[in-house]
Amino acid sequence: MSEQLTEREVGRSRPRKEDARLVTGQTNWTDNISVNGLLHLAILRSPMAHARIDRVDVAPALERPGVIAAFTGRDLSEGTASLPCAWPVTEDIVLPDHPAVAVDEVRYAGDPVAVVVARDRYAAADALEAIEVDYEPLPPVLDLEAALTDGAPLVHADKGTNRCFVWPLATGENYETVKQRADVVLHRRYLQQRLIPNAMEPRAVVVTPLPASGEYTVYSATQVPHVLRVMLSMVTGVPEQKLRVIAPDVGGGFGSKLQVYGEEVIALDVARRLGRPVKWTETRSEGYLATHHGRGQIQDIEIAATREGKLLGLKVDLLADMGAYLMLVTPGIPILGAFMYPAIYKMDAYDFTCTGVFTTRTPTDAYRGAGRPEATYAIERIMDELAVEVGLDPVELRRRNWIGHEEFPYTSISGLTYDSGNYEAATDKALALFGYDELRAEQVKRNESGDSVRLGIGVSTYTEMCGLAPSRVLRDLRYAAGGWEAASIRMLPTGKVEVVTGTSPHGQGHETCWSQIAADALGVPFEDVEVVHGDTKAAPQGMDTYGSRSLVVGGAAVHHAAQKVVAKARKVAAHLLEANEHDLEFTQGVFSVKGSPEARRTIQEVAFETFSSHDLPDGMEPTINAEHLVDPENFSYPHGTHLCAVEVDTETGRTSIRSYVCVDDVGRVINPVIVEGQVHGGLAQGIAQALYEEAVYDDEGNLVSGTMADYLVPSAPDLPEFTTGRTETPATSNPLGVKGVGEAGTIASTPAVVNAIVDALRPLGVQDIAMPCSPGRVWEALQSAQSRESGKEAQSS
Amino acid sequence: MIPPAFEYARPASVDEAVRTLADAGEDAKVLAGGQSLLPLLRLRLAFPELVVDVGRIPSLRGVCEDGDSLVVGAMTTHHDVIADPLVRRHAGLLAAATATVADPAVRHRGTLGGSLAHADPGGDLPAVALALGAELVAVGPQGQRTIPAREFFVDYLQTALRPDELLVEVRLPKTDESAGWGFHYEKFSRVAQAWPMVGVAALVRRDNGHIAEARIGLSNMGSTPLRASATEEALAGAAADGVARAAQSAAEGTRPSADASASPEYRAHLARVLTRRAVLAAAGMG
Repeated sequence: MSEQLTEREVGRSRPRKEDARLVTGQTNWTDNISVNGLLHLAILRSPMAHARIDRVDVAPALERPGVIAAFTGRDLSEGTASLPCAWPVTEDIVLPDHPAVAVDEVRYAGDPVAVVVARDRYAAADALEAIEVDYEPLPPVLDLEAALTDGAPLVHADKGTNRCFVWPLATGENYETVKQRADVVLHRRYLQQRLIPNAMEPRAVVVTPLPASGEYTVYSATQVPHVLRVMLSMVTGVPEQKLRVIAPDVGGGFGSKLQVYGEEVIALDVARRLGRPVKWTETRSEGYLATHHGRGQIQDIEIAATREGKLLGLKVDLLADMGAYLMLVTPGIPILGAFMYPAIYKMDAYDFTCTGVFTTRTPTDAYRGAGRPEATYAIERIMDELAVEVGLDPVELRRRNWIGHEEFPYTSISGLTYDSGNYEAATDKALALFGYDELRAEQVKRNESGDSVRLGIGVSTYTEMCGLAPSRVLRDLRYAAGGWEAASIRMLPTGKVEVVTGTSPHGQGHETCWSQIAADALGVPFEDVEVVHGDTKAAPQGMDTYGSRSLVVGGAAVHHAAQKVVAKARKVAAHLLEANEHDLEFTQGVFSVKGSPEARRTIQEVAFETFSSHDLPDGMEPTINAEHLVDPENFSYPHGTHLCAVEVDTETGRTSIRSYVCVDDVGRVINPVIVEGQVHGGLAQGIAQALYEEAVYDDEGNLVSGTMADYLVPSAPDLPEFTTGRTETPATSNPLGVKGVGEAGTIASTPAVVNAIVDALRPLGVQDIAMPCSPGRVWEALQSAQSRESGKEAQSS
Repeated sequence: MIPPAFEYARPASVDEAVRTLADAGEDAKVLAGGQSLLPLLRLRLAFPELVVDVGRIPSLRGVCEDGDSLVVGAMTTHHDVIADPLVRRHAGLLAAATATVADPAVRHRGTLGGSLAHADPGGDLPAVALALGAELVAVGPQGQRTIPAREFFVDYLQTALRPDELLVEVRLPKTDESAGWGFHYEKFSRVAQAWPMVGVAALVRRDNGHIAEARIGLSNMGSTPLRASATEEALAGAAADGVARAAQSAAEGTRPSADASASPEYRAHLARVLTRRAVLAAAGMG
């Protein structure tokens, strides 16, 4: 007898299936993969931000022991096309050529210049030092505004401009007209510093060729094996059917592995040229230069409101740093943010413009939240400023403007239809958990006593659009691919189940969650489900994992595929039980005839009967396996309220987070402990932007924060204890009622922290602090506020 | 992160180590716990031809007493320093400061001698050695010599050690709490595992509610660790209410650098604030 499922899996905090092999070192990361005759690649990178390459001579490297081959950019440009940008956001976007290895010019410190292939990675690294390159320095392009002025040095001289695109969006009434009605107009400029993604596992790629048949297997630490296969085929000309891409267990991505990297192209091309397997693994400091960065924006935001604090309109002018080249979705990142500036608020006019700008820095692209953290930061920061301006508590100001729970579905001013939400419930719960009123009272007391350690309270009420994405919307946004997702379910003869997913996990826990979904839908034990992913041969269809899409789109596909399996199994069971299929009930994996419960077949029995096919209904295909592809009807819109209390030591400038409360509404929860983990990790990364992390460049365009000693990734002792709560307002756009949770914590937390710091210091004259709010910056802000105040006093006396 | 090629030697005794260093000349580097040297090698910022690993010389490890001094073997790990009862009793400042070094993995490999010989002014322990008035014992081809801490740190990553000398032990005058000594290490770093932006090692001897004597070492306020001499002088005989004023001169004579986290002005400010806090805590006046 097969075991049946006895209680619902969805909603249980199942420990993650994948963890045992991950934490005991029993898995193979890409860098662990070894095959006979494996060669190792090392890449020489530009030490300058911008220079002409007058000469590259790799011949001396060939003299070094263990070196098999060496290639210049010119060598490799024969046979490979420009690296792809799949998101040309406007018709007239400037699309520069992007060779995997620079040919005539390097455009950021870290741009590849030459490749060495050697018997081991030590020989390869040593041989790089023998390569001779003559550079003729060109002026770096670092300042986004200066880059757009006439006569500015150009990143791509052949394009005649550093302006990549201008993307406008104006909705509702005319903003300038609405502004005339406003009592209060606030303008602020916020800076989104560049961030370095820092996945635990560095990038790595292994390519094994089969020269006789022209087949290649590409192992890559990627988030997107399916996208990579298509793109590698297009860039290298290797026919798609000859390419198999495998994403083994992948140790984090945060968007940095949502990419088609030059190194993946180089590895495939070199394997093709030499007919031998090759491996490349980046070092951490190499990754800091050459794995794409995130953020990098200047935000000019203007808000118009009545003196009662009712929002009338919003205007955003964005300069977005593309870096030196357009990578897979570089231009689309700020555009994902375009729709989120109005956030959860009602208003009459919205006017948005984004200008993409080339600079001689590492290309930017998706980083956890991708456009939406930037938008949320700007709107939530200026909402706090507006609250001060109109004399309202920041929570009350938000209450006066947010969409009421009875108003859903609600079409936002930027044109998104929010399907569900309850901002009141999440906020009320968060305020209670936080002890908001008590903290405000303490703040007043401490301010009055002149305490040198100030208390500040920060609010962030966010929503975001995720679960990427309806394919038609992507078409309208000029994204080259669709947003569907695939799942298939194979019922094995012994009654066990394989769930094949087109999503590609790299830490999220899909194996656990998909098992829970399938177990419930099929009525089989959780342990009997195996999830297959990350191999284009085993899971041929998929759009991979990014943008908090996997559960919302891929999980829904699993659910639908399971329904199809049950429908097919029902026909078989009805035939075996000699009953009408409409008279069958299906509960907990058992088909039984209504009214005669002894007449039953388990779904596992049906699976075996289908395998033997001795007695199937006439004309029935001998399978109950099923496949389903979902194209989502809408984005998913998680939301929530985050509250942060900080203590700022005004003597040293140090900020300590005293308490952090968040109440997130991510719809129905499949696995609470996984949701909790996603929220914690997201908070850590959002807080890191507020307090710690920044990719710092010097005036020549060199990355100064080039190692983990200089780029400060917080660890557990640097973060507070998080108090997390949830409300559960199911999404109506998918059958599971789920919303994405992968990015929510990051999106919400950054403004909560900075709002708290500014709230603490506002009585001392501080109005803003650029991120990261390091102790030095806080101290300097206090110094200049003090000198302003004393200047004022001097004038008035 | 692949280091350049180098030769490797693992002497079994101090004599053998010194001979190996003498034969190699300028191109050898001593490997102690490896927590500073290995990153430099892997980043290809150091290119020694020979690495002399002194990790298997038993006589370099351990703590003992010698009259009024505490003697810590150069290869004693941070972890062993923190756990050692003699260190806790006779050099509490060293135990307290060492407990703030990096993380447990580093503290199990890194050594006291290694971190002093590396002479990073941003390290925690050079300033502590200065405040404690440590003496550093080196052995070279000509025999043994003792170098006072104030002469040991010459410049950024440079010590008075000659290329053929090996640091073998660190001698610390006892500063028992029962003799009136109090101590505090005030470390200011941006994240828990980072080097200090500024660190203040304060050691004070109390007498009748006053500070009889104060010794203050500063981390990261110049190209070497420094003593806050002006503050030390101002503290002699001071009561609690005199500490803040004395700390105002903590940055005198320092030359802090600028980096992405801090300007020289901010570092000087921090030195004053942190010195006040460290002294008050050390003196039990906080």
